[in-house]
Amino acid sequence: MRVLVCIKRVPAPGAKIVLTEDARSIDTSLLSFAISPHEECAVEEAVQIAEATDGEVTVLTLGPPEAEEQLRAALAVGAGAAVLIPTDGSDWDPISTASAISSTIGELEVDEPFDLILFGNESADSGGYQVGIRVAHALGRPIVSGIKAIGVEEGLLTLRRETPTGSELYRLPTPAVTAVKEGINLPRYPTLKGRLNAKKVEISRMTANREGSGQEMVRLVTPELEVSETEILGSGADAAPAVADLLERLQRAG
Amino acid sequence: MILTLITHDLGVLEETTLQALTFARGLADDLGLELHAAVIGFEIENLADYGVSVTHLIGHDQLDDYSPSAWGVSLAQLVETLRPTAVVAIGSDRGNEVMAHVGAISGLPMVANVREIEASDESWSVLRTRWGGSLLEEASLRASIKLLTVAEHNTQASPGDQPSTMTTETFKPELDDNSLLTKIVDRVTVAEGVTLATAPVIVSGGRGVGSAEGFASLEELAGLLGGVVGCSRVVTNNGWRPHSDQVGQTGTVVAPDIYIACGISGAIQHWVGMMAAKTIIAINTDAEAPMVTKADYAVVGDLHEILPAVIDEIKRRQDG
Amino acid sequence: MSDLPSSANVVVIGAGIVGNSVVHHLAELGWRDIVQIDKGPLPNPGGSTGHASNFIFPVDHNKEMAHLTFDSQSQYEEMGVSTASGGIEVARTEARLEELRRRMTSARTWGIEAHLLSPAEVKDMVPFIDETILEGGWYTPSVSVVDSLQAGTLMRESAMSKDALTVSPNTEVLDIETERGRVKAVVTDRGRVEADYVVVACGVWSPRIAKMAGATIPLTPAVHQMIDVGPLEILQATGNEIGYPIVRDMDTFMYERQTAGSMEVGSYAHRPIFHHPDTIPSIEEARLSPTELPLTEEDFDPQLEQAIELMPFLADAEIRYGINGLLSLTPDAMPLVGETEVRGLWSCAAIWIKEGPGTGRAIAEWMTQGYPEVDPHASDVARFYDYQRTEAHILARCAEHFNKTYGIVHPREQWDSERNLRLSPFHPHTSALDAVYFEAGGWERPQWYESNAQLLEKYADRITRRPHEWDARWWSPIQNAEHLAMREGVAMIDVTAFAIFDVSGPGVVDYVEKVTVNKCDVPVGRAVYTPLLTEEGGFKADLTLMRLGDERYRIISGGFDGPRDKHWFLKWLPQDGSVHFEDQTSEICTVGVWGPKARDLMARVTDDDISDDALPYGHTKPVNIGSIPARLLRISYVGEFGWEVYTTMQHGHALWARLWEAGQDLDVVPVGAGVYGTTGRLEKGYRLMGAELEAEYSPVEAGLDRPRVKTADFIGKEAYLKARDEEPAAILCTLTMEDHASASGEPRFPTGGNEPILTSSGERIVDSKGRVSRVTSAGSGPSVGKFLLMAYLPPDHAIEGTDLQVLYMNELFPVKVAVAGSTPLFDPDNDRMK
Repeated sequence: MRVLVCIKRVPAPGAKIVLTEDARSIDTSLLSFAISPHEECAVEEAVQIAEATDGEVTVLTLGPPEAEEQLRAALAVGAGAAVLIPTDGSDWDPISTASAISSTIGELEVDEPFDLILFGNESADSGGYQVGIRVAHALGRPIVSGIKAIGVEEGLLTLRRETPTGSELYRLPTPAVTAVKEGINLPRYPTLKGRLNAKKVEISRMTANREGSGQEMVRLVTPELEVSETEILGSGADAAPAVADLLERLQRAG
Repeated sequence: MILTLITHDLGVLEETTLQALTFARGLADDLGLELHAAVIGFEIENLADYGVSVTHLIGHDQLDDYSPSAWGVSLAQLVETLRPTAVVAIGSDRGNEVMAHVGAISGLPMVANVREIEASDESWSVLRTRWGGSLLEEASLRASIKLLTVAEHNTQASPGDQPSTMTTETFKPELDDNSLLTKIVDRVTVAEGVTLATAPVIVSGGRGVGSAEGFASLEELAGLLGGVVGCSRVVTNNGWRPHSDQVGQTGTVVAPDIYIACGISGAIQHWVGMMAAKTIIAINTDAEAPMVTKADYAVVGDLHEILPAVIDEIKRRQDG
Repeated sequence: MSDLPSSANVVVIGAGIVGNSVVHHLAELGWRDIVQIDKGPLPNPGGSTGHASNFIFPVDHNKEMAHLTFDSQSQYEEMGVSTASGGIEVARTEARLEELRRRMTSARTWGIEAHLLSPAEVKDMVPFIDETILEGGWYTPSVSVVDSLQAGTLMRESAMSKDALTVSPNTEVLDIETERGRVKAVVTDRGRVEADYVVVACGVWSPRIAKMAGATIPLTPAVHQMIDVGPLEILQATGNEIGYPIVRDMDTFMYERQTAGSMEVGSYAHRPIFHHPDTIPSIEEARLSPTELPLTEEDFDPQLEQAIELMPFLADAEIRYGINGLLSLTPDAMPLVGETEVRGLWSCAAIWIKEGPGTGRAIAEWMTQGYPEVDPHASDVARFYDYQRTEAHILARCAEHFNKTYGIVHPREQWDSERNLRLSPFHPHTSALDAVYFEAGGWERPQWYESNAQLLEKYADRITRRPHEWDARWWSPIQNAEHLAMREGVAMIDVTAFAIFDVSGPGVVDYVEKVTVNKCDVPVGRAVYTPLLTEEGGFKADLTLMRLGDERYRIISGGFDGPRDKHWFLKWLPQDGSVHFEDQTSEICTVGVWGPKARDLMARVTDDDISDDALPYGHTKPVNIGSIPARLLRISYVGEFGWEVYTTMQHGHALWARLWEAGQDLDVVPVGAGVYGTTGRLEKGYRLMGAELEAEYSPVEAGLDRPRVKTADFIGKEAYLKARDEEPAAILCTLTMEDHASASGEPRFPTGGNEPILTSSGERIVDSKGRVSRVTSAGSGPSVGKFLLMAYLPPDHAIEGTDLQVLYMNELFPVKVAVAGSTPLFDPDNDRMK
């Protein structure tokens, strides 16, 4: 199968997120960047599907030139080709992003369509939950989100989505689009060889225009998390009776 | 009019959908607008209690089970017909998914996981979650119809002061074959009884548990308390627990009565997944770990000593 | 959550390996009421200790570092947190193989077992290595891996068990209060603690903490990249933390170290990456820890290839973890230990795992008894001039030496960066004469003059060439030609690098007598050469004082030791204000005029009486050189008649011009520090601070004791008197190299970097105090026609005529004891100077 994976470069912050002075972005001066977690799994899934079907994986991102790093990370774990739609690094709204990606996919598919296009369920940073769905509509292909397992059989995809009580199954013909969630697999680490091979791959650059929509980020705000005063019940095993008392009281109240 | 999508599974309301309805009612009240509900495929009781004046029952013989596209197409058609001021759904898997389809079909922006709205005629200022709630974004939204989902566990679901007089109108969408491709073909029920999302008690473990085997005492305590075991991302990355147990930004967002965090340092990505818990108890060797300082109660020490002692104590009391 | 006491004897800031070692050793030495604080949690507060690779290669060319490392290794062993894994340094090039031979030599000096290996032998020990790319290897069985976090916990516990220590983690230092130049209290977010002593053991944060008290600790946080790859079956099969020797791939500046089933690959090959102590993320902001920053992969990629070259099985290993780990770098790559410019505020920073416990012991001894057992000369935080404490200087120098971490560094190697920062007024003259400059205390000092190349021919039969590139590196035969020319004519030597201090006031005589060994209460116009001792009786400094007035002295010391000496003088300055101290280093320039024709030259430029009666040896007087007010000091470090001529910087340029002009028909020759610092002084048996003279040896052993001891009390007097009564355990000797031929037939010339002196049967020579005999200085003696070495020898070897050997580049060469003691080899009666 020919699989396309769309990924996003996101910062990897610590426990405390620090904003830039204008509050329009995260201060990333000391942070590393990563492929957004759901998409990291999408890359792994794509590579596994390609390995099982003697297929190939192309990875695509829309982001600043530095996003090449994330494309190379995907190449290092088994993607064969990479496409960058460079931006100036500013935050693109979901409509503009989806439009840029779908027009780029159109260009990439001149010869042959992708059998499967994978997205992450939502990006770690902006969490819009919609770029994959908008791209699927633009391409006229079916999409199911939140997928935790993909089975491939004779051009038919079996998709599993988890629910609080179990799971739901969907079956789609290809070409199709799917947005996956972390947990679908455990992404592999790159090998030294993989990492070195990834450096040799030429990355295609495609241009796209920012369309704009009625949604615009104004500023970011650090939420004031409601924090209660901590009552220390004790230390070590000696605290057991106090814990048992508390649990009894809470469960009676609950 | 504010139109609210009522998300459900085969007629059973999603846990959090009434939170969205409550949020939408507040919005409608602020703007002096009517509150309508859209229900797809099934009839839902008691919406009048939540202030709904009109329920639009979207019916079609193919809408007997969930299909993201079919739901999206149906709702988009209803929206096109009604042209409400805003369409609101809960920020659940289904809520976000269906609203994204509506956005894609209509070409309108869709703002996910909103927490607050300041509405004015021209553009709305919305506060939405990013980073799973670690960060908030103030966004401006200009659109002829505002599509949005409401962050889960942000609004307490509550009925209106008095039930409204509600009418029900039916709407029959036109569905093509394509939109039906994504219908559920089968479902598997694995979890009987409590699940991570619904459990009143979660005993959750982090890096401090140390190994897959280390979770035995967490399992036992969870069993005694009628709860389930959860875990942090490190734990699933290490392969100690399945991903379905993961609480946090990229796992399940939970709101139990009691959350017992064992050996979890409390990175913000985890915290945002469980901060809605009513009572948080932290067990950690580091008295300064963020989880300890943010918790309601804490025990400082090695969880592998504390948990067995607590289990013994509970058993002793139960026996006695 | 401990409550902080309101006062303590000492506050130690930092709970990494260094802070923990310090509290342990302070408690061992009897200190009580110690408070230790750290901003982070325990046992790993998030500093560099937490991500250290924790391995120790004990062999170092530097004596101080070798001793501190050896002591540290023993301490780790005693605590039971050490595993001897063995370690191999591999060579991919012939040049590196030569360096391994040099390391073999240093191993012999310090008595550490080590073996050179053939590529096949390397393969036997590390089967997953591709030995075909290697020239050889060097194996040290005692290379060890330690648990530095566990060691830290044990050391804190040891101090707590003595009821000596209160530990307060998660405590942030907000301010350090001082009063009249002394530390007074540490203010934290958990309260204020008053203390007379504060130790800054904060690793990469040290400059920021010291600054709170107005002190400087010149280091920069720098990145060391490290990745963890695995799992690897071969490594898993060992079933332990480390089963294979650690491999240092020296030519690629990398190491590969097993950690259980995976391999840690570290690098010092990437571009220098620096951070600022103020912008290191907090614990909450950091994803891993404040000092484990995200790996910048593109910097590491070239290393991946080199790692696979050496260990092909790494190609398929997975990169599990990678960091840009922060560690501390200093301008000269040595630690920062000792009291800062704020009294009572001590620095214990820029220390790596390998020397942590040893340095902790050293600073505890220093704080307790006055001076540590291991001479901390090269680590002394007081060694820097002001310009060397600037951020620009720190960054430039660190950038230059970072990639030399595993480099082959020549003992005479000069810096590229941060040059031309201190120029004497003679510089235009000396550069017109094509001087080749070496750095001395930041000054550009001519080492030799290319314009003297024509002298090579004149003295061709008396100058020995050095055919081996290593021996001839940072050296020129012109130095020897200059030497010979000086002994026939007259030399002008730029010695502006001297550190010069004026001390004056009603208490000055008592003060000067207190810090010096020799009697300084001499008539005005007299000069005194004297050692300065530590309280234990070892050398702190050696220098010359001129009595300029009843209540005024001028102190002349070497440029390399200027700041250390200044710190010492200020430390002992009376608190009552009876002595005024003034640093004249940047005000006064100095040119030496020496040689048989010096008097003729000087007579041409001054009308003042410079006869032996008017200005005998060891005397000073002001003179006018034309219209230039100057001062002459009749003294010599090169064994010739003449003077040090001092004037103010403003007149320096003109002074040189006058002397130069006057000397034109007197065979005046510009002479560099190659003669002044090496050939001239070695022939005369003059000792050099930092080489022969160090805190571990006494004036008696160095042959610098005088027949009589002054009545005044002075620092180290008790020890000095005791040393005089005992037979010295070692005697400083001058040795001659008897045969230079190496196995290949090529003559070799030791560089003077701690090469061991061995008996004729090849045994190491260790004196009764455990000190090994090793070369402290080496160089040509053109006038005596010998290559000279200096070394301390036990009395039974310190006998003139004794045949011994020197090990150089792992080859033995015969040497002979030429002088036992301080009698000059050249002109033994100093007739030429009189």
